Amino acid sequence: MTNEELKGFITAHTPEAVFEESQYLNIIVPAEKFRALAKHLREDAGTNCDYLISVSGVDWKDHFTVVYHLQSRKHKHVFVLKAKITDRLNPSVDTVSDIWRTAEFHEREVFDLFGIKFNNHPDLRRLFLDDTWGFPLRKDYVDDVTIVQL
Amino acid sequence: MNRNEDIQELLESKEEDFVINIGPQHPSTHGVLHLKVKLQGETVLDVQPHLGYIHRSIEKMCEASSYRNFIYLTSRMDYLSAHMNNQACSMAVEQGMALAIPERAKVIRILMSELTRLASHTLWWGALGLDLGATTPFFIGFRDREEIMDIFEETCGARLTMNYNVPGGVMYDIHPNFQKRVHTFLVNFKKHLPEYDQLLTGNVIFQSRMQGVGVISAEDAVSYGCTGPVARASGVSCDVRKWFPYDGYENAKFEEILETGGDCFSRYQVRVREMYESVKIIEQYIDAIPEGDFQAKTKNVIKLPKGEFYSRVETARGELGVYIVSDGSMKPYRVKFRSPNFSNLSALKHMAVGGKIGDLVAIMATLDLVIPDIDR
Repeated sequence: MTNEELKGFITAHTPEAVFEESQYLNIIVPAEKFRALAKHLREDAGTNCDYLISVSGVDWKDHFTVVYHLQSRKHKHVFVLKAKITDRLNPSVDTVSDIWRTAEFHEREVFDLFGIKFNNHPDLRRLFLDDTWGFPLRKDYVDDVTIVQL
Repeated sequence: MNRNEDIQELLESKEEDFVINIGPQHPSTHGVLHLKVKLQGETVLDVQPHLGYIHRSIEKMCEASSYRNFIYLTSRMDYLSAHMNNQACSMAVEQGMALAIPERAKVIRILMSELTRLASHTLWWGALGLDLGATTPFFIGFRDREEIMDIFEETCGARLTMNYNVPGGVMYDIHPNFQKRVHTFLVNFKKHLPEYDQLLTGNVIFQSRMQGVGVISAEDAVSYGCTGPVARASGVSCDVRKWFPYDGYENAKFEEILETGGDCFSRYQVRVREMYESVKIIEQYIDAIPEGDFQAKTKNVIKLPKGEFYSRVETARGELGVYIVSDGSMKPYRVKFRSPNFSNLSALKHMAVGGKIGDLVAIMATLDLVIPDIDR
């Protein structure tokens, strides 16, 4: 499918989706609509995204996005699916660890470093740091001692 | 034998389970990996990796560094693929600058990458033998690796953390001896490669410890996000050099090695056969390094336009992705490294549960984990 067809395909499923083009097609959806669209992209024969390459969190100061890089081996295309989380005090998004099993680890990493909760995750514990630590990749986390700003 | 039924039987039995900690300073764990293993007798019921012993928050440090500086931190992630890590970062920055690099730099990058792959695979091969109780492979692997390290030292000034790639090409031109030394190395290495097969591949004890152990199917390998030799041993074609060629790999003549067994022995064979392919690529380019600049002209201070850039390379362990979010300033707003070891590790539990504890060591050895790359 071309990008235009893909946009139509996704809008038909999730009308709230917003598109951006970088090197890949970026799809931004609200957190509560995210899981249904991810499942759709995985299961539909037209998109068939079987590889979840990476999960990254980004702190935009007023909201978070969780960025999922998806790839289809059959169609050789890559999507960037972004879940937009507006609730900064209690950020959460549904897990996709039952769709792609690698997500279990990746989501634990995002939880550890950003404090974003993944609903229905089978084993949501901190991965690298201990429980008393803050969330270091948030922009409001300041560490003047060990990180020297240039 | 049905694995699942066996496990179910064990889980339901009343005997008490035994929990042991392997690592973080256990000789068979390669670095600081800590595994909490639940056992019944010798059968593995559960494996929980405990991470973070070498977490340095490289991603956070990148946010405080300039686009030139953050590349050097990545040599400290997968230190056996330092050159490829640097290359992935340089490529992401070049993509943001819309900068084309000279042909000479591309060829030097390919040569260095393949030499790194050989160095990494020879080290893995030696360490694998050591894990399984054979001491000789370690010396044979290191004999060849040492020669590559000397070549790196001469051109890059460092043996492990090369820091040779910069946005726009490579930092300086190759040493005048480079081609001569690589030729000498190739002659020696091609003579030595059959020894690798004689010593381990054909060994009956070795084979019986590897075959049918730690099996992962193609579907599971994809679902766990495995890449590199681990996925290719299950028949999943995923070589970034073939799928999304970068820096001149589209012209390189080599085969993507695929095996179908999905067990430890297949993973072993993929890596050994990959060494032959790397030799092929080096032979193709070593006498064909184009003349010209080794670096494109760039400004002192690099600023990327607002946006997102993603680059991917095939390291010795799989796909490394570098995801840069830029807000238009001198420093990256967010950098994420998608490390191959991190995803490969997530498949460890699937491979090990139901097997014996001795097999767990073989599985870890064939996953070829580098812990600083997992913890970052």
